[in-house]
Amino acid sequence: MARGMIIIGAGECGGRAALTLRDLDYGGPVTLVGDEPHPPYERPPLSKEAMAGDAPEIKAIASDAMLAENSIRHIHSVQAVAIDRAAHNVRLSNGSVLPYDKLLLATGSTPRKLPMPGLGARCVYLRTFADALAIRGHLSAGNRIAVIGGGFIGLELAAASRKLGASVTVIEAQPRILMRGVPAEIAEIIHQAHVTEGVDILCGDGIASIADDGRQVRVTLAGGREITADLAIIGIGAVPVTGLAAEAGLAIDNGVTVDTELRSSDPDIFAAGDCCSFPLAVYGGRRVRLEAWRNAQEQGALAAKNMLGAGEAHAAVPWFWSDQYGLTLQIAGLSDEGKSTVRRDLGDGAFILFHLAEDGRLVAASGIGPGNAVARDIRLAEMLIGKQAKPAPEALGSQAVKLKSLLAA
Amino acid sequence: MSDWVEACAADDIDEEDVMRFDHGGRTFAIYRSPDDEYFATDGLCTHEKVHLADGLVMDDVIECPKHNGRFNYKTGAARGAPACVNLKTYPVKVDAGKVLVQIG
Repeated sequence: MARGMIIIGAGECGGRAALTLRDLDYGGPVTLVGDEPHPPYERPPLSKEAMAGDAPEIKAIASDAMLAENSIRHIHSVQAVAIDRAAHNVRLSNGSVLPYDKLLLATGSTPRKLPMPGLGARCVYLRTFADALAIRGHLSAGNRIAVIGGGFIGLELAAASRKLGASVTVIEAQPRILMRGVPAEIAEIIHQAHVTEGVDILCGDGIASIADDGRQVRVTLAGGREITADLAIIGIGAVPVTGLAAEAGLAIDNGVTVDTELRSSDPDIFAAGDCCSFPLAVYGGRRVRLEAWRNAQEQGALAAKNMLGAGEAHAAVPWFWSDQYGLTLQIAGLSDEGKSTVRRDLGDGAFILFHLAEDGRLVAASGIGPGNAVARDIRLAEMLIGKQAKPAPEALGSQAVKLKSLLAA
Repeated sequence: MSDWVEACAADDIDEEDVMRFDHGGRTFAIYRSPDDEYFATDGLCTHEKVHLADGLVMDDVIECPKHNGRFNYKTGAARGAPACVNLKTYPVKVDAGKVLVQIG
């Protein structure tokens, strides 16, 4: 009899993997282990739509009923504490021991902690629905919010806070916001949108000290400026959750090291989503780790296939988006692969920057505009990137040339 | 039953493309397939109510511009996560260069 499939981590990636196993007609036991009390749910809304209403709601990927229908056993509110690779089992914090044929680590990432003293109850991070509820409680008119870190989570929460009437100061140690992965030209548009909405953005000044007395937080910058806030939201990146894998002796390299089929250094253990680093085929096998919703989804599904022996290599192009005020940003590919850029204007202030490698390959495309103005062309760019196409720069830059026509070439 | 409503001119939509059509407080998406047939579905993605007409049409699939949920626009069938609820489709005919939709 099959020992079954165990998935550790019941987020986007783990949830998709479990459903995919059933979609592929796997008939053995499927067990999903998660440390939160909820069924798998979507995290992107936590910094966006979930903050807009009075009471954030869970957007489930698979409800309890759907899990039951698919005979997926969801063990919630527990930690996996050890993997016995020789015996092929996993020990949980509730004492139970579960046997597996194949194991998937979908443990995700966790907010990077601000390494300084003085943090207290009014210094918070966002990862889970519980975190979102706690933060939402502070986002009211008249409250002062300090956002530490000018990355996506911080900026989305800054936008949400402004909509609810709170005053917001964003503190970024780097010379500009969105230093990682977003071209300066696009970051500047987002910066201006925040300024227009009344957000105070302070760049290029590190934090000297933090004092949190449990009711308010005082942040002192290296340059001497002081910001007093009712809540400090810290969004300075995320680190992969690899403790369990490391203890089990699996190879770790900025995440659980996996091959193109998402298999770890143990052939019966796979890893997918935020917690793994993998060779990205489109850039000649460059090892990357992605913290992105679609990647979690795609890798969860791919890992499930390969747990069943499909032997399919990962081939997707990285893609992510962010919503702030009425603007949507979408980026396909990794822009740091590019050496030059070509701009394509789409009207209504929307534009796309195409990033080209030295040999002319399209390696990334970064777009921003109102609503979904850039979506279609970014999707086409993603396909061109996947094909390692070398489109003529003048064609990319001209609105008269349809991107779809370049795909056929 | 309900009447046929004129949505647009047949030439308004390129082959393998989509257009938004609003009528009576509702929104629809009108498609022209690569083999030059016309189709209509509800205009909003079943995942998060985003206008599908901003998305990309490839063969018989429309992809949501926001989160890449995919649907077969000919049948309305959801074809990929995060979309799991099918789209409603509507009969379409072309008459004298006009695209007509029967919205029930």
